[in-house]
Amino acid sequence: MKTIEEINEKIREGNVYVVTASEMKEIVRELGPEKAAKEVDVVTTGTFGAMCSSGVFMNFGHSDPPIKMQRVWLNDVEAYTGIAAVDAYLGVTQLSETKGMEYGGAHVIEDLVRGKEVSLRATAYGTDCYPRKEIVTEISLEDLNQAVMLNPRNAYQRYKAATNSSNQILRTYMGTLLPNFGNVTFAGTGEISPLNNDPEYRTIGVGTRIFLCGAKGYVIGEGTQHAPPFGTLMVKGDLKEMDPEYMRAATFPGYGTTLFVGIGIPIPILDAEMAKFTAVRDEEIMTEIIDFGVPRRNRPVIRKVSYAELKSGKVEINGEEVRVSPLSSQYMAEKITKELKKMIEKGEFFLTQPVERVTREPSFKPMRQREVKVVRSVMTPILTISPETTIEQASKIMIQKGINHLPVVNENEELIGIVTSWDVAKAVATGKVGKVADIMTKKVITAFPDDPVEVAARKMEKHGISALPVVDARKHVLGLVTSEDLSRLLAR
Amino acid sequence: MMLELKFDSKAVKEPIISIATLETQALINIIRASIGARQGELVVEVDDSKADDVIKVFKKHGVEVSKIDRAIVKDEDKCVHCGACLSICPVEVFSLDEEKRVVIDTSKCIHCGVCVKVCPVGALTLP
Repeated sequence: MKTIEEINEKIREGNVYVVTASEMKEIVRELGPEKAAKEVDVVTTGTFGAMCSSGVFMNFGHSDPPIKMQRVWLNDVEAYTGIAAVDAYLGVTQLSETKGMEYGGAHVIEDLVRGKEVSLRATAYGTDCYPRKEIVTEISLEDLNQAVMLNPRNAYQRYKAATNSSNQILRTYMGTLLPNFGNVTFAGTGEISPLNNDPEYRTIGVGTRIFLCGAKGYVIGEGTQHAPPFGTLMVKGDLKEMDPEYMRAATFPGYGTTLFVGIGIPIPILDAEMAKFTAVRDEEIMTEIIDFGVPRRNRPVIRKVSYAELKSGKVEINGEEVRVSPLSSQYMAEKITKELKKMIEKGEFFLTQPVERVTREPSFKPMRQREVKVVRSVMTPILTISPETTIEQASKIMIQKGINHLPVVNENEELIGIVTSWDVAKAVATGKVGKVADIMTKKVITAFPDDPVEVAARKMEKHGISALPVVDARKHVLGLVTSEDLSRLLAR
Repeated sequence: MMLELKFDSKAVKEPIISIATLETQALINIIRASIGARQGELVVEVDDSKADDVIKVFKKHGVEVSKIDRAIVKDEDKCVHCGACLSICPVEVFSLDEEKRVVIDTSKCIHCGVCVKVCPVGALTLP
């Protein structure tokens, strides 16, 4: 048994024995936990991944005459300023109002850390105490009174891996997912990740001193959506002390911006139990591969998988080998464990006793919603036609019924195509005569009756179409949902 | 070796790849194809030793041939070795080395550019 104070005394004396998480696995395998605990004092763990729940609290100082900022933008990225006059919180996923997805809050933060000037623009309503209504200026990190990185949810212990069963490419926060199980992506660093090395949260708690993007930071509690063994941490650190090498602004195409955050946490080896915990291997750390092809909260689980298999670069899905992309940098994470080890050995970094443990109770409830509106409740009945119908007959049906879409079904009533008033107009304009089978769109984008209306709206937007036939599992047409039906719903 | 083939409206109608294979005994691997009514573009892979013979046959049939020696370029200052590119590349140009750094094998690159858009830190470019 060792205490934190005893370990710190060793750090002060310069005879502390620190190893990285990767090194510890081997040591425990060789010596066993009892002996390893006697020898090793500290194990350094690390992670380096895209962590969207991150941002920076800033204080800009007061202008003359003073302003109570109502809205504020840094390089056209809006920060939240619904707090005191010149305080604001800039989140990493907020997008630039002029550059869109290629530049966001994360990029502003990286620019500041790199010593660059950023433009500041603020507006206000004006009060007796804060008469100014607008200000435009430039600021750099040193001009700020405080710049505190405060991240509500970082360092996920493990995370669900992602794949895509649909026939469309998907651009997600888990990266680009290729159609038909074309690839798998995962996040987290498995056996060297901080919380996996202290799964009962004995030593990582409120007040734990950590390595945060090159600076000394602190754990301030469990993170949002903390749900052991998918534990998370809320952390803070001084942006002014951070090193751009250990953070990086990023854009996930089609999703938006985020920040790669580098975190290192030293684990004190207080006893054999902690030695055993820090010996954890990727083979023992399990997660699930979930299907982003289903755009719902509860995405289907494709299979269970270990971090060892994910890190191997290939996983098997339905008997086929699928290639894997890590989204967290194993290289940078290792580098952080080595850097933190060096800092402790040099006596620059001391360990802390948590003042409160983070909870082992999960809290990851779904949102309380009024209702989930589904397509069934807004779809309208629709006529169907056979592929033998002539273009002329189809045009007459459209005019008589005042409709723009005619699903085409075969003799078994199965959907095989769709004809729109545009298709008919085009056929007439090019002098085409004949059957609708010749002009119909065969690859029909459809909706299911139990799809939420938001899913149907997203499908129409993505494919630039104005209506979807609603079908059942046997491809029988149940009705039609149009963008007008949906906008009427939203306008209410 | 990778070859980029450009067909005009005449050549696009002929079974050029089969002709080239029959005439030269070279195995030709189609990496990328985009064929239209009036023109076509193919990227094919052939063994280096047979490349000149194959090129001759293609040219005889009016196909414009250029060797692909360009490849993807990675900015080492920008790359954080996250590996997002690993599973996206159709020809496995990217891999992790011993130290888990992303390394590239440019000889495999077919210049498709898919990875350029996927890199979260904009470290990849096609010159």
